[in-house]
Amino acid sequence: MTEPNEQQGPRIGKDEWVARHGDNRDRRAGVAGTIEERLRNVPWWAWLALFTGIVCLLPIGFESGYVRRIAFDTVIFMLLALGLNVVVGWGGLLDLGYVAFFGVGAYTYAFLSSDKFDVHLPSILTIPLACVVGGVIGLLVGLPSRRLVGDYLAIVTLFFFQIFLTVTNNGENLFGTDVTGGPNGIINVDPLSLFGRELPVSADGIFNVAYLYVALGAFVVVYVALRLVDRSRTGRAWRSLREDALAAELMGMPVSWLKLMAFAFGAAVAALAGTLVTALNGSVFPQSFEFPLLITIFTMVILGGAGSQAGVVVGAILISVLLEVLREPGDARFLFYTLGLLGLFAAFRLSVRLAVVLGGTLVFGLIAHAVAGSVDDAWTAGAGGDGGRLADWAVHWVIVPADLAAWVTPVSYIGLVSLTLVLTLLRGWTRLALLVPTLYLAAFVWENVMLPKPEPTRFVILGALLVAVMVARPAGLLGEKRVEIV
Amino acid sequence: MDTFVQLTLNGLTLGSVYALIALGYSLVYGILKLLNFAHGDVFMVGSFIGFGALQLLGGSTDPIVPVWLLLILVTLAAMAGCAVLGVAIERFAYRPLRDAPRIAPLISALGVSFFLAYSVQLMFGSEQRDYDAFSLDGGALFLTGFNIGNVRVPLLRIIIILSAFVLMVLLWLLVTKTRMGKAMRATSHDREAAAMMGIDIDRVIVFAFVLGSALAGAAGVMFALRAPTAATIGFIAGLKGFTAAVIGGIGSIPGAMAGGLILGFAEAFTQGYISTRWSDLLVFVILISFMLLRPQGLFGKADIKKV
Repeated sequence: MTEPNEQQGPRIGKDEWVARHGDNRDRRAGVAGTIEERLRNVPWWAWLALFTGIVCLLPIGFESGYVRRIAFDTVIFMLLALGLNVVVGWGGLLDLGYVAFFGVGAYTYAFLSSDKFDVHLPSILTIPLACVVGGVIGLLVGLPSRRLVGDYLAIVTLFFFQIFLTVTNNGENLFGTDVTGGPNGIINVDPLSLFGRELPVSADGIFNVAYLYVALGAFVVVYVALRLVDRSRTGRAWRSLREDALAAELMGMPVSWLKLMAFAFGAAVAALAGTLVTALNGSVFPQSFEFPLLITIFTMVILGGAGSQAGVVVGAILISVLLEVLREPGDARFLFYTLGLLGLFAAFRLSVRLAVVLGGTLVFGLIAHAVAGSVDDAWTAGAGGDGGRLADWAVHWVIVPADLAAWVTPVSYIGLVSLTLVLTLLRGWTRLALLVPTLYLAAFVWENVMLPKPEPTRFVILGALLVAVMVARPAGLLGEKRVEIV
Repeated sequence: MDTFVQLTLNGLTLGSVYALIALGYSLVYGILKLLNFAHGDVFMVGSFIGFGALQLLGGSTDPIVPVWLLLILVTLAAMAGCAVLGVAIERFAYRPLRDAPRIAPLISALGVSFFLAYSVQLMFGSEQRDYDAFSLDGGALFLTGFNIGNVRVPLLRIIIILSAFVLMVLLWLLVTKTRMGKAMRATSHDREAAAMMGIDIDRVIVFAFVLGSALAGAAGVMFALRAPTAATIGFIAGLKGFTAAVIGGIGSIPGAMAGGLILGFAEAFTQGYISTRWSDLLVFVILISFMLLRPQGLFGKADIKKV
């Protein structure tokens, strides 16, 4: 800790602690602490450069179009998370219409460069235009916030989202003219064009990697620009607004204007992401902008740490990869058991309790499997799906019936959720004792209920993750903990 | 004229369901100042619990109990199930965040809403579930009734509207006449002062969630008696219930009833006279104009902010 500085004048009590809460951070002892301290001192632009470099090299290591496409989608998610972070993380406003701005960007691009209205502007014009349109609509939607405080604002944005969906879905007959194409969307949208030359979407049937670089370039520009905004007067004003809007107003800050600015910035970033996606897909449909996408982006921002730019980028990568892995049963199974083991290690470290829980669960499962098998062969005769060695192993431990009776699914699932919730209330040995059947039930539900239905499983996990992070660690992975001033 | 009567009837039925949902929003908002986004999904879960109870009791074609008892049991099952769900949501998703910044419980509520909708989809799939109320007692619920002009008013509609109003009157009596109701009003007025007067705030909050969620469960059954239910109905139903609460003045019980009816009529008449496609849009426009012009709603008092 540094000595109090004469020039800064004397500081007292809590204010001093607050001002220097960075110095009061808990430091780990030993090598881990030193490494952590070193990593903390690496400047942000070095991280950004390192990260950009890795993503640039990615296409060399992975030749397949699939991986490149996933990388592109992840970069788009990173952009979206950065934009939402401005509104939620810095402005402290709940923007539930965020996905609609993404859609506004996408549709603006499609209007300005497709056969729909026979307009074909170059991308150098359409992309900034789409951002401006997004930003202006963001301003208009934010306008009610001048009168509406807090929760009402969230609702207005949510209704804006609904209006956007209604209009795009029914827009094939808007006052007699076809505007958005309705559920059929707009197809044959031009790809990006740079300096008069079109950038083909695919080369030899494989995803054109140039799009990944364009998206990455947009990401870097947005990241740096927002970083500068955050360090500016406006950025500081946003933070004061988030902490205490009333106090900020009393200090003479233009609170309404600041809120509108946050909305407009977020909307413009989302619109930018929308243009890139539309250019790559060559089409735009209203179905791409629905509620699950909003929750996905929110989970990214909250998991990574609202308010921290690096945090939301990490959150976006984690969630994007997670959702992708969950698509494929074999990978999903591997991830489930690995994360389960890692979670137990993180919770108990190397201790007797870890051995008790692991051994207990293993034995519990073997006994349950043997009992179920001896009662009726059909109870353990399920194939368990493909998934390599882990799947072979899993069906000898987890009960996988050949046909699942209809009542088993809801009973086991609700039982698992209830047991997990009860576990959070228990302490000591009762917790350990209950943990064993809960873990086994989790494996049972995973194999029998969740793996066969990847689509709802992904979103159930997202919803649960959002609540769990919010309750257990509101600061997210990389966010700063709030310093409460009483 | 016949169309008008028919639409009024539709509006009244829709409105009473919306009013029941709106009451749940109002109760929780009045006490916690929290927008419970998950409320619409509690309503959806209620309709599914009702469906499960109906199947357990033999299904609508061949019930093992008389029809009147069947309807009561199904509704009670949904109310009880939803009450438990509401308490669990409060305990695990909202209580840890009670002193966090305003935005935190809202995000948590968003997660709960999403979790519930997709959990139901995971367990029961995304197909629609039909109570098949027409098979009950050989169609008696639809065939008996009376006429207004040429418009048939079936018994089922009357049952839905009447029971919704009975529930609302019961709630009104509970809040105005009982000790617990007094504690709720006190907590809603000033939580800290109420705590200092010896009111157990946690109990009051849990009670509000029990009441609100039970009403949502009943609304879920009433909704599903008329139209098939699905895992995705919660979101829009929640939005409309919330709109009704805002129109009436959030936190006010008669306001929620009035708001629900206004919204029901607005929706029914737009669907009948203009277009079904744009009826949702009209609802949103009504809401936004109310928020801008009269944010405190019809029955609410203007909020005077203390510093």
